Amino acid sequence: MGYGAVMAETPETDARRIATEARDRVRFEEEALDLADQVYRVARRLVQSREEAEDLMQDAYARAFRSWRSYTPGTNLRAWLLRILTNLNIDRARKAQRTPATQPMEEGDYFLYDKLEATNGEPLRDEERVVERLSQDSVVDALSAVPHDFRDVLVLVDIGDFTYQDAAQILDIPIGTVMSRLHRGRRILKRELAETAVGDDA
Amino acid sequence: MNLPCDKCEEMLQPYLDRVLSDVERVEAEGHLEGCDYCRRRYRFEEHLRQYVRVVAEEPMPPELKAKLAALRTPL
Repeated sequence: MGYGAVMAETPETDARRIATEARDRVRFEEEALDLADQVYRVARRLVQSREEAEDLMQDAYARAFRSWRSYTPGTNLRAWLLRILTNLNIDRARKAQRTPATQPMEEGDYFLYDKLEATNGEPLRDEERVVERLSQDSVVDALSAVPHDFRDVLVLVDIGDFTYQDAAQILDIPIGTVMSRLHRGRRILKRELAETAVGDDA
Repeated sequence: MNLPCDKCEEMLQPYLDRVLSDVERVEAEGHLEGCDYCRRRYRFEEHLRQYVRVVAEEPMPPELKAKLAALRTPL
């Protein structure tokens, strides 16, 4: 066909390279889609409404599919996806200036327990049953009342099951900040729960 | 009675997050064994975390999965 031996190899190598890349991309897309349920579980609690969560998921997946080459195979894909998603979410919140500058109220770690016990009038017998007296709505409401910075860490660690180290990488903050925000976030959550769930019961 | 146990409160979160060193963990567990006040609160905290995780779960709407799949690069 007029091509020399070296020349003849080029189109074939190119074709092979393209095929390999397509295969890698499809594999990446499949793995990312398989994780969508788990990513959504976290995304849903990072924002207030289901609609917001769905928008955020679509934006994050669109970006992930575009930049799949920057993912290193064999590393934590769920963390990689959530890094994209939390970045988008933080950008959105910044644009919308939705985060109020109020100082969140928090109490000590034992505050909720002590309040439940005080309401009960005697030492609580069965801790598991006590927890279940909190309604699902009150937990969800309390969670969404936790300010952004604290909630992001709380949701990643306590709902998404990420380690401190993963959360630090996803949010691009030092691990010490993860720990302090987590601790404060949980205290804010418990204070909110004490307010909303226990107050009416008394 | 019911005096707040400062040491315990300090170890509560790292203990439940399983980030204490072995020595610290043994120390924490030793204290919990002898302190009813803290033990109740630890158990409560543990159940609370599990409970939050369970009730915060909302399954992904099935149609969202299809929307995400449609975002893939066409072959």
